[in-house]
Amino acid sequence: MTAVQAVALIVVAFGGTAVVLARDPARQALVASVFGLSLAVLFLAFQAPDVALSQIVVGAVALPAMITLALRKVQRREEAQGDER
Amino acid sequence: MSRRLRLCVFGVGALGFAALLVWGLAGLASFGEFDGRYGQLLAHLTVPERKATSSISVTTFDFRGVDTLGEEFILFTAAVGVLVLLRIQRAGEDVAAEPARTRRPTADSKTLRSIAAALVGPVLVLGLYIVAHGHLTPGGGFQGGVILMTAFLLIYLAGTHLHMGRARPLDAMEISEALGAAGFALLGIGGMVLAGAYLQNFISFGMVGSLLSGGVIPLLNVSVGFEVMGALLVVLAELLDQRLLMRRDHR
Repeated sequence: MTAVQAVALIVVAFGGTAVVLARDPARQALVASVFGLSLAVLFLAFQAPDVALSQIVVGAVALPAMITLALRKVQRREEAQGDER
Repeated sequence: MSRRLRLCVFGVGALGFAALLVWGLAGLASFGEFDGRYGQLLAHLTVPERKATSSISVTTFDFRGVDTLGEEFILFTAAVGVLVLLRIQRAGEDVAAEPARTRRPTADSKTLRSIAAALVGPVLVLGLYIVAHGHLTPGGGFQGGVILMTAFLLIYLAGTHLHMGRARPLDAMEISEALGAAGFALLGIGGMVLAGAYLQNFISFGMVGSLLSGGVIPLLNVSVGFEVMGALLVVLAELLDQRLLMRRDHR
């Protein structure tokens, strides 16, 4: 195992823990995005560039974007319901 | 159940899980060694059999093409499901179906808008490159499609709405999604008609390493690219629209 692979593994381990420890969902989406990027580096270090590309676009871009948009929508709805009461 | 008892139950479970994990990991091949017959076979067959250099693309789009067809339709049906849900909700909210067409910038930060505007071109080119070179280098329709979607998201962030005037990009996105999904299935049927089996190659393989090589694989990549881009954009547009509608109602 090379040094790059070892470092990537450690960063991913810490990143995953950070995602779990971030309790605010909006913040969690951003942490998950960074975690996704570190996973992509890990895949690249383990010679899987195809998977790394998918991981970048899905894990670091698409998933956080969808989560933040969905969160936004839920929050708006809660606000709207709060106004009605 | 007291806290202590819960911790005990958790401890027993965690220990058991750890034991199973260690037991399972002990049986693995040592680091960096691979002796899977199928994998070796695929890696060696890619270039001579299909004249494409990315064995991953050849595996997903040719040797395992039907798997990919299923995956593509998973995304397709998921996007359609989200659309149906969001549109039913909108109908229930008694809001005009037409989105807000104000020319107001979507983001207030000038830095964000200029960076987004500067990135649109490069990201678009990168997406097209990734789609078009799927059979030569890492990448392909799925990855390129998401990158293309990002380019349109950047246009939105740079301050223009996805819906403007009479040009209805949403319609174009829906068509892109449907055409991409149909294209894959039709290419498969083309193989059935012209070569005798579903998804079998029916055009010339070309020269190894050239852009037009690998038979139908680049075509499949392009259709998947359109499908992924369309599906994600339709869902995004629907979510963003709802947000805009909500915001307008609040004023």
